[in-house]
Amino acid sequence: MGPQAPAESRGRASGLASLKRVAITALIAFGIFGAIVGLRVEPGRLVARPLMVAVLVGVVVGARLMRWPRVRLPSLTRVLAPGLLVMAVGLPLFAGRYLVDTGTLVLIYVMLGWGLNIVVGLAGLLDLGYVAFYAVGAYATAILSTQFGWSFWACLPVSGLLAAAAGAALGAPVLRLRGDYLAIVTLAFGEIIRIVITNWVSLTGGPNGISGIPRPTLFGLRLNGGGAGSVAHLLGVAPRPMLRVVFLYYLILALALITNAVALRLRRLPVGRAWEALREDEVACRALGMNVTLIKLSAFATSAMFGGFAGSFFAVRAAFVSPESFVFIESATVLAIVVLGGLGSQLGVALAAVVMIGGGEGLRETLLDVSSEAGSAGWLGSLAGDVGQYRMLVFGLLMVGVMVLRPRGLVSGRRATVTLGAAPAVVDGGLVAEGRG
Amino acid sequence: MLLAVDGLSMRFGGLLAVDDVSFGVAAGRITAVIGPNGAGKTTLFNCITGFYRPSAGSLRFAPPELGPGQERRLERMAGFRIAQAGIARTFQNIRLFAGMTALENLVVAQHVALSRAGGFGVLALLGTPGFARAERAAVERARGWLERVELVGSADLPAGALSYGDQRRLEIARAMCTGPRLLCLDEPAAGLNPRESEALRSLLAEIRAEGCAILLIEHDMGVVMRVSDHVVVLDHGRRIAAGSPAAVRADPAVIAAYLGVEA
Repeated sequence: MGPQAPAESRGRASGLASLKRVAITALIAFGIFGAIVGLRVEPGRLVARPLMVAVLVGVVVGARLMRWPRVRLPSLTRVLAPGLLVMAVGLPLFAGRYLVDTGTLVLIYVMLGWGLNIVVGLAGLLDLGYVAFYAVGAYATAILSTQFGWSFWACLPVSGLLAAAAGAALGAPVLRLRGDYLAIVTLAFGEIIRIVITNWVSLTGGPNGISGIPRPTLFGLRLNGGGAGSVAHLLGVAPRPMLRVVFLYYLILALALITNAVALRLRRLPVGRAWEALREDEVACRALGMNVTLIKLSAFATSAMFGGFAGSFFAVRAAFVSPESFVFIESATVLAIVVLGGLGSQLGVALAAVVMIGGGEGLRETLLDVSSEAGSAGWLGSLAGDVGQYRMLVFGLLMVGVMVLRPRGLVSGRRATVTLGAAPAVVDGGLVAEGRG
Repeated sequence: MLLAVDGLSMRFGGLLAVDDVSFGVAAGRITAVIGPNGAGKTTLFNCITGFYRPSAGSLRFAPPELGPGQERRLERMAGFRIAQAGIARTFQNIRLFAGMTALENLVVAQHVALSRAGGFGVLALLGTPGFARAERAAVERARGWLERVELVGSADLPAGALSYGDQRRLEIARAMCTGPRLLCLDEPAAGLNPRESEALRSLLAEIRAEGCAILLIEHDMGVVMRVSDHVVVLDHGRRIAAGSPAAVRADPAVIAAYLGVEA
């Protein structure tokens, strides 16, 4: 206890100090940009341009966080994580339909990222075919609900279990493989699932997909339309689509948070520690009597299960599934989110999903707003129209930038699962293995 | 005999790395395997601990809990089951979980027992009192070992950040946390300074006094001669001598193997 106490207080002080440094940076940036671009003189009046200033200050603060390692992100996470959660819960209260829809999309990827993080971040097994489990979950829900009349709430657990079974089925034969070989086989598995779905026309509808998937209900109450048995009727309000959009948003938020809670809990249990030990050194695991095959299999199946849950949600949200939604680029996007966020870091994955999925949409909207604020719909406006085209280019540059400045991802520290001292022990990202198989 | 090695051979293609080696490891004793570089010591170790499947010969392990006359044939068991049967090992190149703390390393070592107490995830996920007790006991056991190897102050530091000597001791503590009957150490004194090697010697003596047998590969003759009860000498894969440290030291075949003989 003795030697740890001063170390902890030092950590806290430097955490506060780095917050202070960031705040000073933001203040200076605000002073400069506020004076230069914050106000615009038009004939007869002053026009404030707060959004433009906010964007510029945001860019400076972001660069500050990226550039100087002395600003300790782990200390910021204590503020950041609850802040993000409050924002996520409060979003539908002030945002319009477009933003809530985008938020739902972001949350699907957050959930997928958290699910994939189990196998890639904790167990260190590179899985390039994660979308296969997403597809299994989505199609399980689509088929069970349209052909057998199951409700979403019955389909959800079954979809997860089927995806977990698919994960175990994939895991069993490929567990001997390591590193690049495993990655290639999982990639192939993802493609096999998609091709089977495309060609098994009698079951899956082939390339036409399955449409008319029933919408989820809330305790048996319909979210869309009015009349008896609908939420709108119960609340005594006019039926409107926003009700369903907000419900779906909170549904995926709850699913994502459950994924997070289970993943965090598993990490502190023997099986979670075994996953991390496997990532650190497989040979040592074997010498300690751990059944490496079984541990890998459990990581694959658990991760696949959450992919299946997300797939089930995806199916009922769109009310339509087709093979086009489950192409390789989806696996790559989710993996990019995990790597960008920092392997094994839950907060990092959430941040990366917000940046990568919400970023493209947000960038477009912000550019449009700024250009209208600037009073000229000139080049900024046309740039906003082009953002869709340049999306992948921007992501590529972003990833290169993050990997150069923070090679271990946005949040790279690893928090110890058990400590003797009272202080939480954080292991520097440089010491944590990335896993080779 | 706790472990009886009988006619063990290990062949890699045309190379016979271990050639018809037989010896015994007595319960509660320290047995050392020595020999020049390339003599086949580590290969022998890998056969005993299940990392290689021997080409020929038998490995009979008879821990007391099996009962009289009962034994396990290690050469037929899967690698991880050998560790579960009560044989723990360390590695010549330290293999700690570098990104996990010293304490976590020792708790992971108790995975088999903890996972059983946790109902293979089910009871653990529910957080039953039985599992919570098992977890506390595992942490206490880990703390006990950290105290014994004088690393309790570094419990919450990542294993990869410890000094070389500390990592060596932590790896031994981790092996001991599996509750073995036989501890196999692959060059535990390599790279240690005289003070650290003295501490290692007394640690090994303590482990022996508690009834755990030790099988040791070592180059540091000072350590070997002082701690061992029995020494087996290998050269070019063959056993060239075996006996008490004093007898082995005086054996002309051993002197020839280490120093060479004049033609």
